[in-house]
Amino acid sequence: MKDSNKKKLKLKVSAIKDGTVIDHIPASNLFDVINILGLNKIENQITFGTNLESEKLGSKAIIKVSDKFFADDEINKIALIAPHAKLNIINDYVVTEKKIVEIPDSVQGIVKCFNPKCITNNEKIITKFKVIDKSPLALKCCYCEKITDKDHLQII
Amino acid sequence: MSKKDLISITDYTKDDYLRIMDLAAEFEKNPNQDLLKGKVVASLFFEPSTRTRLSFETAISRLGGRIIGIADPGSSSVTKGETLHDTIRMVSNYADLIVMRHPLEGAARYAAEVASIPVINAGDGANQHPTQTLLDMYSILKTQGRLDNINIFMVGDLKYGRTVHSLLMAMSEFDNQIFNFIAPEELLMPEEYKMHLREKGIKYYEHREFTDIINAADIIYMTRVQKERFSDPIEYEKVKNVYILREKMLRNTKPNVRVLHPLPRVNEIHTDVDKSEKAYYFDQALNGVFTREAIIAHTLNLK
Ligand SMILES: [Zn+2]
Repeated sequence: MKDSNKKKLKLKVSAIKDGTVIDHIPASNLFDVINILGLNKIENQITFGTNLESEKLGSKAIIKVSDKFFADDEINKIALIAPHAKLNIINDYVVTEKKIVEIPDSVQGIVKCFNPKCITNNEKIITKFKVIDKSPLALKCCYCEKITDKDHLQII
Repeated sequence: MSKKDLISITDYTKDDYLRIMDLAAEFEKNPNQDLLKGKVVASLFFEPSTRTRLSFETAISRLGGRIIGIADPGSSSVTKGETLHDTIRMVSNYADLIVMRHPLEGAARYAAEVASIPVINAGDGANQHPTQTLLDMYSILKTQGRLDNINIFMVGDLKYGRTVHSLLMAMSEFDNQIFNFIAPEELLMPEEYKMHLREKGIKYYEHREFTDIINAADIIYMTRVQKERFSDPIEYEKVKNVYILREKMLRNTKPNVRVLHPLPRVNEIHTDVDKSEKAYYFDQALNGVFTREAIIAHTLNLK
């Protein structure tokens, strides 16, 4: 990214004192990320920017959550839809740690089973998948045993 | 102690398979044993399947158990909108064991999570039907005297046929098997099962027809090729007679070869095969009762 772009980005999304910055979210998945992390249900100060220029993603989103530090298994949930997301942990305006997200070995909730005849699509049941392949993503439903792949991935 | 559900064939280990085979042989010798005396089995058929239900209910009766249940889903609470969750919770309080068939895939796994008592899956949509596989294995053991070193021919719809998939998974636990898959282009054995065999170092071969190779078979497992499975009806017309077994095709086959079929058959086995000593599909169905007695006894630790 060019220096001029960096400056612009800083202007668009203001810095936080303490908390977590989640960068490199595909712009189209911003609201899914917000839902998965439950950011719509917490009281912390949150700023986000979307449709920002990104060489890698075309158009990206960024979220800054004040006074919030995510556990690994919590943040890894977003790896399904934002596999390139990067986390900056901020303490007193300084980045003290950088993290990347990792696709977990199993997934509960979040994803819908693509099989219309699956019990999870016909009764109120939290879906459960075993991740049988991380790239390209393939999830095996623990109920109907069918595989939901990247092309059929749908967030609940 | 955790309960012993049987939902998918792979819930069982090789030791479990062998245990079921031993018990089934024991029940075949002595089918009437009062092991379920004083116990109640819930037979929940959320979709009708007279054949499987009668087989299970015969097994339960021969073990001296009592049966409560749903035989006709049209008249039950299912149509009044009660969730599967609530039905299973309620039945868990009444019975010692649930045998269930359901049109939705994954319903049995979910029921097993909800139920405090063991669940035996008698078919969940197109997904799993493990008791069929165990009775198929018992039929192979009885007719061949072993479960390893079998040349298994699977014929017909190998793409959607859940019975062939489960049988493949179970038989792949035993040594020196050879699989021959005979199916039309549109209904080939799915890649995931072939990959499983490759990982286990098991030989398999794929063919479009089987008249020339049939003499190598120990077991010929027939399934139906349904017209609805073809995107192009002309393709179906081209292949529909290729996957029909006739008596004359069996003439030079090995003396030990046996023809299996999960039934009901339509026309994939010509009726002229019925009188052949190599036809085993009707005996296979009877083996279902002994195998299900064995599964119930194993599940409830009655033996
Ligand atoms: Zn499913």
